[in-house]
Amino acid sequence: MLRFSVFLTWLVASSSFATIDAYPFPNEHLEKRYDDLIAELRCPQCLNTNLAGSDAMIAQDLRREVHRMLLDGKADDEILDFMYERYGDFILYQPRVGASTFLLWFGPVILGLIAAFIWWRIARQGNEPVVMSRDDQKRLQELLQESERQEDLR
Amino acid sequence: MSFNKSLLIPLVVFVVLCGFLALGFRLKDPHLLPSALIDKPFPEFELLDLHDAETIRSRADLVGQISLVNVWGTWCPNCIVEHPELMRISREENIPIFGVNYNDITDKAIAWLERREDPYQFSIVDDEGTLAIDLGVYGAPETFVLDSDGIIRFRYVGPVTHAVWESEISPVVNFLSENPDA
Repeated sequence: MLRFSVFLTWLVASSSFATIDAYPFPNEHLEKRYDDLIAELRCPQCLNTNLAGSDAMIAQDLRREVHRMLLDGKADDEILDFMYERYGDFILYQPRVGASTFLLWFGPVILGLIAAFIWWRIARQGNEPVVMSRDDQKRLQELLQESERQEDLR
Repeated sequence: MSFNKSLLIPLVVFVVLCGFLALGFRLKDPHLLPSALIDKPFPEFELLDLHDAETIRSRADLVGQISLVNVWGTWCPNCIVEHPELMRISREENIPIFGVNYNDITDKAIAWLERREDPYQFSIVDDEGTLAIDLGVYGAPETFVLDSDGIIRFRYVGPVTHAVWESEISPVVNFLSENPDA
């Protein structure tokens, strides 16, 4: 039982080891920026993990670089530019607007506009008054009279 | 009876969807990132030579001829896979190979090369991975083709086998040597 509980403790503790390379920061503000940056940057080795959540070697190196640049007094934009120049669109979870990412950013808006246009066309069609030809009107009258006659017979 | 055009909508949607799916199949392995450094100069660096802790290597040492820069490490299994081909290139092809020893332990790296033969003109010690980051490297092996001005013209991620040399790298090298001003 003791062994088991030791094992459980180890299990719980080891899961929280994942990516703690605790870097010292002079103040909480800088630390918060660090946390935000490594959450926004994607690990280039992994398909869908940010730097904060990855144990890959390159993620560790890039976290170290982010930390170094923050201590050097670099602005967030400068750090993101640094990464973008080296790793391209992939590294930013929020890709920049450009020729290759145009559809990604504006595709939904364009689709929405198309949908609105189609909806508008359909709505307009529904409101148009129904125009009947003279033959149809005559036939309608006949049918109505017919049914009235049958009602009377009953 | 008139033909109801709206019946065509599902067909059109289906065809467009097929188009996107077909495109998806054609995309390369999503693990392969396009390099942001193609046609940009090889980054500046000042790092020690692997075999000579007195010598500092810099970008100037790579410039002057078309060359290959190969990022490797003793921790990298695919570097063993590509090693025989790198040896063949260093013997048979007229192109120097420079090594970037990435995130490694220098003594281990020297022993690794002694055990297997050294295909490199020299290797650069990049034990903190700073040059690798400047190169946009995210693993090893990666191989860059530099023109004589030290501009990165091509990058290959993964082991350079003979087939890769034939189909991917050698055409770039041949093109560059035939069109030095391209």
